[in-house]
Amino acid sequence: METNQIKVAVPLFTDRIAQGEQPEYLYWVGSAGAFDDRYKNVSRAFVKLLAYLGTSYAVLGTEESSSGDVARRAGNEMLYQMQALMNIEIFEAYGVKKILTCDPHAYNTFKNEYPDLGGTYEVVHHTQFIRDRIAEGELKIPQDSYKDQRITYHDPCYLGRANGEYNAPRQILDAFSAGKREMKRSRSFALCCGAGGGQMFKEAETGDKEVFMERTEEALETGADIIATACPYCMVMITDGLKYKNREETIRNYDIVELVVTALGL
Amino acid sequence: MVKQVVFIIALVFTIAAFAVTTRRFIRFFKLTKPAFKVRQIGERTVLMLKVAIGQTKIFRRPVMGLLHALVFWGFCVILIGSIEMMIDGVTGTEKVLRFLGIFYDIIMASGDIFALLIAFAIIVFLARRLFLNVKRFSGIEMKHISHVDANIALTMILLLMISLLGMNTFYILSAAEAGNQIYGYYPVSIFMAGFLRTTGQANHILYETNWWAHILLIFIFANYLPYSKHFHVFMSVPNVFLSRLEPLGKLDTMENITREVKIMMDPDQAFASPAEGEEEADTERFGVLDIEDVSWKSYLDSLACTECGRCTSVCPANITGKKLSPRKVIMDVRARMKEKGPGLVKEGTEFSDGKSLIRDLVSEEELWACTLCNACAQECPININHPVLIVNMRRYLVMEESAAPGELNSIFSNIENNGAPWQFSMEDRMLWAEDISMNDIPG
Repeated sequence: METNQIKVAVPLFTDRIAQGEQPEYLYWVGSAGAFDDRYKNVSRAFVKLLAYLGTSYAVLGTEESSSGDVARRAGNEMLYQMQALMNIEIFEAYGVKKILTCDPHAYNTFKNEYPDLGGTYEVVHHTQFIRDRIAEGELKIPQDSYKDQRITYHDPCYLGRANGEYNAPRQILDAFSAGKREMKRSRSFALCCGAGGGQMFKEAETGDKEVFMERTEEALETGADIIATACPYCMVMITDGLKYKNREETIRNYDIVELVVTALGL
Repeated sequence: MVKQVVFIIALVFTIAAFAVTTRRFIRFFKLTKPAFKVRQIGERTVLMLKVAIGQTKIFRRPVMGLLHALVFWGFCVILIGSIEMMIDGVTGTEKVLRFLGIFYDIIMASGDIFALLIAFAIIVFLARRLFLNVKRFSGIEMKHISHVDANIALTMILLLMISLLGMNTFYILSAAEAGNQIYGYYPVSIFMAGFLRTTGQANHILYETNWWAHILLIFIFANYLPYSKHFHVFMSVPNVFLSRLEPLGKLDTMENITREVKIMMDPDQAFASPAEGEEEADTERFGVLDIEDVSWKSYLDSLACTECGRCTSVCPANITGKKLSPRKVIMDVRARMKEKGPGLVKEGTEFSDGKSLIRDLVSEEELWACTLCNACAQECPININHPVLIVNMRRYLVMEESAAPGELNSIFSNIENNGAPWQFSMEDRMLWAEDISMNDIPG
């Protein structure tokens, strides 16, 4: 059966407001979502899903800037607060009430840190959004989509330990995959991918090993065919790990939303 | 009567020594910076009951966790007996709490059983330290003195338990022989008494000896603890009660920076007269360079730390051989206060010994190796928060000295200039969204 291809247009907040509409969600794409070659595919997958669900949303486009999270964790509180106050000004101007994002770091900083500077929003991580759509019956994922594949899930620190969200990603995987495998260190015990706190952008300090190698090896030990992630940093790190291990041809690293979109056949 | 006088003299010395120590720590705390206001007493109480009294976080390592929990719960029960001994010692009574009847039997029986369980746990702990090569107990921060300290404290606890069981055993024997009623029930000690053939005066003397040994050990232990890593015995319950209640991912907003940023964004504010008390804030240092910049909470964390190393054992940087060890950072805070605190107390805030917490104790290499993953804070059985302290030291390096690694300085200027850590133009932020198409499947 041939299906028709339809174009997915990503709506801009400024256009929607000019048209007199108030989008329900701001989808915060994030710098990696906009610029990282591999991770752009996650943003694309997510807007496909939003289009499929008919969700009312818009992005800031060229008005989006850094959330300031990485500057803050690298010690530059001044730059963080400048970014945060600028972003809050834009959010207020557009009347943003709910923020959707695939990035646990942006999620954490909007949810927990922006309120101190006067910006309080309902912040939703994309795994929570998808989990809720499944729970409410709006999203039905064919159950046998990954029936021959074993999937392991890597907990991002800023979704898990930082905000206690361990279940949403697992509930999504359980909805369509029977072959979920846990790593030795998972949930609150999960090992970091090694990219947080500014590490993503610098050489690691001298040691015996890269953190992402340690974590990739642990993921490989599960015998999984797919390593699922839910964070742009984790994706970059695990992808690198698979490359260094020469396993990138056989073991794939996907964001949860990519798995969902593929399962839906979008 | 003589016993009472001797006891009271010993007690007065103990309290006096403890008061001197307490005064020293109060003075040190006065040197620290504010952290947060202690509110939400209800939430804190629940947290304390769960994490401190319920020992929930130590059970993340189930086997050693259970042994520790037995020691802790045992201490709580035995404490009631120790209080009775104090009253008996001062007033010259014997088993003064016996009026509690059946409850007295329960308390004494639990204490007796726990004494044996604690002794067992302590022997396991000592064996692990002395004969097994447990990775958690090594590391650059674990000097010879740390191990000696641990072994002294464990040995004292073992002696406390032996003297307690000895006291109970010979109490039973001497009371039985004199035909007196035995107050309380002692299942372990009755069993041991069955094996002993001591008679007459010996039983009474051995009872008294164990009684005195036990109480004097408590007095010595109480005054040893504040100078030991086992200060933890006193400080961990308060430390849990005074936990930072924010989600682990949240960092504290620096209000002095907010003022500066708001002035930058709205220059009119620069000419507005500052509110009262704000002039002082201008000279404040950004972040933590030395001990006087550390908050009371981080200092309390350092006193409550028992150097168990669970934090370091889960640190991704440490696991992969980097120099960073979260335990060391916490221990360094305590060591630095010990080193510089007395000078600051004596000569005031201007005092300098030419050293600082950053560089002389915690190196920049350690600080930049952290991924802020919060595994250390998650793991700490008594809710110590290492990342908050590490970020505060990074804040000093970045905002006072511009001393971040070069790559981080580049991302700062990229974020400032084009709103992303990479050198991409803001104009290109929508390129990813061009030409997306999908299969038209009805939703």
